[in-house]
Amino acid sequence: MMRSEPRALQLNEYGQLKHFLTLDGLDKTILTEILDRADSFLSMGEQSVKKVPLLRGKTVVNLFFENSTRTRTTFELAAKRLSADVINLNIETSATSKGESLLDTLKNLEAMQSDMFIVRHSDSGAAHFIAEHCTPNVAIINAGDGRHAHPTQAMLDMLTIRRHKGSFDGLKVAIVGDILHSRVARSQLQALTTLGVSDVRLVGPKTLVPSFFAEMGATICHDLEAGIKDVDVVVMLRLQKERMKGALLPSESEFYRLYGLTEETLAWAKPDAIVMHPGPINRGVEISSEVADGEHSVILDQVTNGIAVRMAVMSMAMSGQLQSDDTPVAKDEK
Amino acid sequence: MKLDLEHSLASMKTQLAEYCKKNNIEDAIVVGIHTGGVWVAERLMEAVPTTEPLATLDITFYRDDFTKAGLNPKVNQTLLPAIEDRHVILVDDVLMSGRTIRAAMNEIFDFGRPASITLAILYDLGQHELPIAADIVGEHLALNPDQRVKLAGPEVLTVSVIDTH
Repeated sequence: MMRSEPRALQLNEYGQLKHFLTLDGLDKTILTEILDRADSFLSMGEQSVKKVPLLRGKTVVNLFFENSTRTRTTFELAAKRLSADVINLNIETSATSKGESLLDTLKNLEAMQSDMFIVRHSDSGAAHFIAEHCTPNVAIINAGDGRHAHPTQAMLDMLTIRRHKGSFDGLKVAIVGDILHSRVARSQLQALTTLGVSDVRLVGPKTLVPSFFAEMGATICHDLEAGIKDVDVVVMLRLQKERMKGALLPSESEFYRLYGLTEETLAWAKPDAIVMHPGPINRGVEISSEVADGEHSVILDQVTNGIAVRMAVMSMAMSGQLQSDDTPVAKDEK
Repeated sequence: MKLDLEHSLASMKTQLAEYCKKNNIEDAIVVGIHTGGVWVAERLMEAVPTTEPLATLDITFYRDDFTKAGLNPKVNQTLLPAIEDRHVILVDDVLMSGRTIRAAMNEIFDFGRPASITLAILYDLGQHELPIAADIVGEHLALNPDQRVKLAGPEVLTVSVIDTH
């Protein structure tokens, strides 16, 4: 089967977002609009009622084929702050485990008049597949698929960087750890290059940072000091402990010795560098507690920003879905 | 149609001062609705007995025509102080259907329960679709259905009537 080109599938005829599957093919204008809109939603946190009626009457289904409490919770909270009704489907105990096909599950959810699916799946391309086979007017948001993409995580990281650094001009960014298996790193790299960051370094052992990433516009570094020297932003990635059993790495302690971020190694970065981590953190494996909880850490800001970015993406995708059927009307009528 | 903007603003100031005095409104919070309402509210501040700075409201996330119009690409920040039990003077440039004011009041109540809301409008075009009326009006206008009032600013405020054809 021919796969739709991501940009064509994600945008409506007016160039507005109607699905959010990958950052591949999205231009700086759209990424900046997501960040601006997320900024607007962040300021909403000052209200006593932290809710707006944008998606009132809409039904959002959290369709998680792969477990992730943190991402699911932030999507759920984002949808609820937009006043949508939210259904959480635990696929492990649902019909698919009884033999129902993915498409039959989708058809049933569509028949329940769902308006948006938030899809998390261990297979790369799952969200794309669902977007291609779903009925029109259902927006699909990719909440992480295999090794492919995690676009909302990348955008919340971009929001965090912009809020701390002001802009992306001239920034030096290091992404450290298990790049090979990381959908986050792929999406981050796409976001950073689209937003104009020319110095992105991928740092880790050769087994986890293959040379083909250089084709995506990054510099490959197998030495931590060279990798994070004078950078403005250090993004640490989770080293998944289950992979330690394989042949990729000798041991956790060896990795920590060579690539762990500690107060000593962080001193190689700029004095005002920020430290990010998409979580969950393995303390003492990729990052020390002193750094994770220290003054350079913006890890908890990332969590807060994640809700605002997801609100932005959901509202834009729903708006784009609606406009694909309706002629846009003037916005200045009173 | 020629509109005398300065005359309308002066009229609003007089009405506002009298209204506040008559209704014992002191230390009110003046709230301008983005974008034109903020410009008008800036001109009215001197007529209101208050020590509060101007507050601003963007009703984008509260519009009832989201399903038709989508989202404005640029959303201004809503900046409201604590409004619980405070008198609010809500200011906009134009009142037509009343839907913007409904959205603004919905948003205000998400910040708290004010003691009162007074509505001040530069131009009331009639054509109300909701039971919403202004307390202070700069000028009532009777326009053709396809005519709109366009306010430009903010440094120098100008107004014109445009055809939407």
